[in-house]
Amino acid sequence: MNSPKAQFLAGVRTEIPIVLGVIPFGLIFGVLAANAGLPSMLAWSTSQIIFAGSAQFLAIPLIQQGAPATILILTTFIINLRHLLYSASLSPHAQHLPIRWKLLLSYLLTDEAYTPTIVQYQREDMPHEHTHWFWLGTGLTLWASWQITTGLGIFLGAQLPDGLGLEFTLSLTFIGLIVPTLTRWPSIGAALSAGVIAVGTAELPFRLNLMLAALIGIGVGLLLEARERELGVG
Amino acid sequence: MSSTNLFFTILAMGAVTFGLRLSLILLADKITIPELVQRGLKYVPPAVLSAIIFPDVLMPGGTLNVSLQNPYLLAAAAAVGVAWWRKNVFATMAVGMIVLWLTR
Repeated sequence: MNSPKAQFLAGVRTEIPIVLGVIPFGLIFGVLAANAGLPSMLAWSTSQIIFAGSAQFLAIPLIQQGAPATILILTTFIINLRHLLYSASLSPHAQHLPIRWKLLLSYLLTDEAYTPTIVQYQREDMPHEHTHWFWLGTGLTLWASWQITTGLGIFLGAQLPDGLGLEFTLSLTFIGLIVPTLTRWPSIGAALSAGVIAVGTAELPFRLNLMLAALIGIGVGLLLEARERELGVG
Repeated sequence: MSSTNLFFTILAMGAVTFGLRLSLILLADKITIPELVQRGLKYVPPAVLSAIIFPDVLMPGGTLNVSLQNPYLLAAAAAVGVAWWRKNVFATMAVGMIVLWLTR
């Protein structure tokens, strides 16, 4: 079956197991945002306006510390820079779509929608004229679950059990996303160097260690890649 | 920051995020990205995500703790193993949280 409706429903079905991992994450974000003393509607507006879990998560302590707007915007840029990669990767598949589709699908382009969608586009056993409906299905399913879970966390926050270390689910989710991609030395070097720098410079204000570590990690990845090419590996 | 200023900051953060997601979908055939930038982008996910993960794992409560007495380190080690073996985000998170709860 390769109709728009079948593709949309396939996208929804594929997204459901991913949503299971997002539910605690959304609830926890909501609770943290509510406990940070942000007005509830303002906290929830980040889910509609930014719609990027890790950037929203990291913005909460920054807002609490009174970080200036430029720091918040720069941090968002660095954390979400990986979405430029998703945009580049899905771009060839979106070129035939009208502008309203490009705008909508871009808004929905999170980690959790990108990963299954690119896998679907790479399937060679089917034509792809309706695969953008699959993308829409994954994106909307994630969007709805993110709005509901962050809203529940924000508005009912206080009832969630405390002291379970639930905020650690962010890092565990990232481990699940990144470890399987570390198959080459330049990527491993980028990850390890960025991690060590982030720990070593953790004293910097407003999580500037994140930005510094990310830039150094990218540099290390590029250097190792250049070295591999010199040695004729890969 | 006042609520009004914070709201405008959130709008700007949203615009930055949306802009990054839309940029190359919209402009792919109109601009060429320098080759170095193209290659560098590959390392954005490992670098950025590790920069978030490492301090969270190695500095619980803000102080460096690289020892077997650090439950976050044990949980992360188990999670790395599951992620490598099963390539499944949900299983990774579930095992990580179980190890965290059992060891602290």
